[in-house]
Amino acid sequence: MAAGMLRFITCGSVDDGKSTLLGRLLYDAGMLADDQLDALRRDSRKRGGEALDFALVTDGLDAEREQGITIDVAWRYFHTARRNFIVGDCPGHEQYTRNMATGASQVDLAVVLVDARKGLLPQTRRHTYICALLGIRRVILAVNKMDLVGLDADVYASIVEPYRALAASMGIEAVNALPVVAPDGDNVGLRSGRMPWYRGPSLIELLETLDAEAAAPPHFRLPVQWVNRPDQHFRGYAGTVCGGRVAIGDEVLVLPGGQSARVERIVGPSEDLTEANSGQAVTLCLDRELDISRGDVIAAAAQPAPVADQFGCHLVWFGDAPLLPNRSYLLRLGTATVNARVTAIKHKVDVNTQAPLAARRLELNEVGYCNIDLDRPIAFERYADNRTLGGFILIDRQSNATVACGMLDFALHRAANIHWQHTDVDKATRALAKGQHPLCLWFTGLSGAGKSTIANLVERRLAAQGYHTYLLDGDNLRLGLNVDLGFTAEARVENVRRVAEVAQLMVDAGLVVLVCVISPFAGERDFARRRFAEGEFVEVFVDTPLAECEQRDPKGLYAKARAGQISNFTGIDSPYERPVAPELHLHAEGQRAEQLAEQVLGYLQGRLG
Amino acid sequence: MQGLSHLDDLEAESIQILREVFACFRRPVMLYSIGKDSTVLLHLLRKASRPARPPLPLLHVDTTWKFREMIAFRDRVAAEGDVQMLVHINQDGVRQGISPLTHGAAVHTDVMKTQALKQALDKYGFDAAIGGARRDEEKSRAKERVFSFRSAQHRWDPKQQRPELWQAWNTRIREGESVRVFPLSNWTELDVWEYIRREKIEVVPLYFAEARPVVMRDGALIMVDDARFVLREGERIEQRRVRFRTLGCYPLTGAIESQADTLDAIIEEMRASRSSERQGRIIDHDGASSMEKKKQEGYF
Repeated sequence: MAAGMLRFITCGSVDDGKSTLLGRLLYDAGMLADDQLDALRRDSRKRGGEALDFALVTDGLDAEREQGITIDVAWRYFHTARRNFIVGDCPGHEQYTRNMATGASQVDLAVVLVDARKGLLPQTRRHTYICALLGIRRVILAVNKMDLVGLDADVYASIVEPYRALAASMGIEAVNALPVVAPDGDNVGLRSGRMPWYRGPSLIELLETLDAEAAAPPHFRLPVQWVNRPDQHFRGYAGTVCGGRVAIGDEVLVLPGGQSARVERIVGPSEDLTEANSGQAVTLCLDRELDISRGDVIAAAAQPAPVADQFGCHLVWFGDAPLLPNRSYLLRLGTATVNARVTAIKHKVDVNTQAPLAARRLELNEVGYCNIDLDRPIAFERYADNRTLGGFILIDRQSNATVACGMLDFALHRAANIHWQHTDVDKATRALAKGQHPLCLWFTGLSGAGKSTIANLVERRLAAQGYHTYLLDGDNLRLGLNVDLGFTAEARVENVRRVAEVAQLMVDAGLVVLVCVISPFAGERDFARRRFAEGEFVEVFVDTPLAECEQRDPKGLYAKARAGQISNFTGIDSPYERPVAPELHLHAEGQRAEQLAEQVLGYLQGRLG
Repeated sequence: MQGLSHLDDLEAESIQILREVFACFRRPVMLYSIGKDSTVLLHLLRKASRPARPPLPLLHVDTTWKFREMIAFRDRVAAEGDVQMLVHINQDGVRQGISPLTHGAAVHTDVMKTQALKQALDKYGFDAAIGGARRDEEKSRAKERVFSFRSAQHRWDPKQQRPELWQAWNTRIREGESVRVFPLSNWTELDVWEYIRREKIEVVPLYFAEARPVVMRDGALIMVDDARFVLREGERIEQRRVRFRTLGCYPLTGAIESQADTLDAIIEEMRASRSSERQGRIIDHDGASSMEKKKQEGYF
């Protein structure tokens, strides 16, 4: 058996005969066992046909079989005498762009299917674009259903020529095209005798011989995956080499920190090695003790990877909820996990035409070009140069769902030119001068819950006791600092971000800060919390039932919202995500504001110094 | 990956997955079923943690109906001492006298395997359970993730599974939730045997052909492994040269007639084989979608 393995995907929709082609491919490769063929005959008859319905071979989950569509990437395995194959069967509809991106991220080659009767469709552009976006550089174009166009060479040429131009414009470097009739097997396993004008290889022959594998990135990179430290005698950095090679004695840099060391030992899967190459899972020992942890990248000292914390990137959005600029997500790249915010959506891309469109948010299955901002620098590469150090996922902080994949393009240098200016007088000094421990009381709850009333009472009592305080009221801030913001989900995220930043500055100045904002989303409250040191952020949930807020309606806003005069009103047509573990949970129903203020003051007892 | 053979490629991928578990979970475990896939998995586990010992225990869910040779093999592995071997038996099922012979495959598997596994996972509070399932085994597994998310009730919901891109796995879970991890996802049955041959890994002798006492029952050759097996009318025990392609509870595992008594012969036989691996598994046969249903209920 030839060395190596080819991983590829098939793109196309049910109508193009994709499942049939794949089933036929497995059949021609001799991969269908007798009991599977029996089941196939049975199932084919159930569907009312005598001929084998090869599409049934690859349809997996019940739900899909019932709906007659493929909704998830299914991985299949086959081999011929010359090569082993892993093939991902990718669903074709626009609403499954995420599945196609998922499949494409794992492979180096795509088989794009076109129905000869229909020619190039918007979906053909979409499939090719997603493949190109995810870094696939070689495509096999299979023009299927040739029997339905009279096996006509001109029809074939009228599809293939424009496709080559299209693919090239998107960055696909090589296209192999061939005409097929999937159910009959023409040019699938064996070359067809029915289309003598086509003199090229069959699909299986192509797959066996194509050299589709992208060249490994040239410079040595190893993202540290796991620090192996069983006892004080051994400390190794385990990971999979994702570029170049490393040998004992090589000088390396540990990024993003930049400490240097030499490689002392390379532990391989079976024995110690003198060198390791791209793709190998190894463990490195260095010649000096350094503080290295998961997420760091060990790189060749002579060609270190760049380090940055702001990037331009493409995003494919997977989440059911849309991407909101400035919301905080977890970003995983290589083995590093950091906090990230999308600071700007430069444009979204129409996946069918690739036209750039203006956008304020990204919805499920949309593609956008964005600026992204991390809370600390990481070592990276352009995705085009190194998939491992250029490809990332975004994770929702609350649900832990994977909500996007991204491909880094280049670092933005805005941040690189702005450095934190060191000042000699620090928070501790300022706090000492005021004789108090600064902190932030963050009042969250529905409109009319009593946040401002309670905070006002608390502040009066604190001021009377001689504390230096400030009350940041959401409504008041919207008359000044946040006058440009409305009430859409995007604007609410930005509103809370600004309030959190201001509150953090005030705590840094040594003040006890009381913040009153509805802050309906857990994600933003969590963002606010992470602006502060441990113990400095006190989330106060003013828990008043909606009915009671609505009945109080101090500003007449609920009445307006019910009358449809204002939209995006929290509790009415915009959600409020209840805090799960606030420091203080004020059950406000039937309680007077004074009693609730007492509870807050009780909590603060001994915490303000 | 350049310059690596396809077995090297698969080995490296599996090691990377195992190390991800070491790094990202508080209390991981490897489910050890004694079969060839588990044996390869244990071999890879040792490689992934070299030169240290594996940083997690093995768990064998014992249905009390495994082949005797399997249990002997398990105990030998445990005696090697570099990994901790936990064994869990559903004692409720034992008290109820659950048996595949009297209660049937479905009830036995549910109580002694699926329920038992959940009991053990809850008992030890494992947040990641590594298993040897491969995507090529069965249709519904073709879409399984490498890190397969389970709710706090151990349920598998196809809609809740996370897209997996590159090797950027999302391993984040909340308290009580867990993942099942499948490092052999991309291996085929043939890959497993070729790797066993290359690495000279010892497997349970039942995989090799030998004269064994068997009974033909419901179209399958069942080995009579102990006195609990009661013959039905008309059945008789005969000595036939058989081996097993997969191993499970002996009354539920069909043997195949074979002369293959070496790894070379097994691999040769498999290349020429015209039947799929799980054909010998009696639990799979209640409908093409039965594996999908079992998975939703928490079966591996």
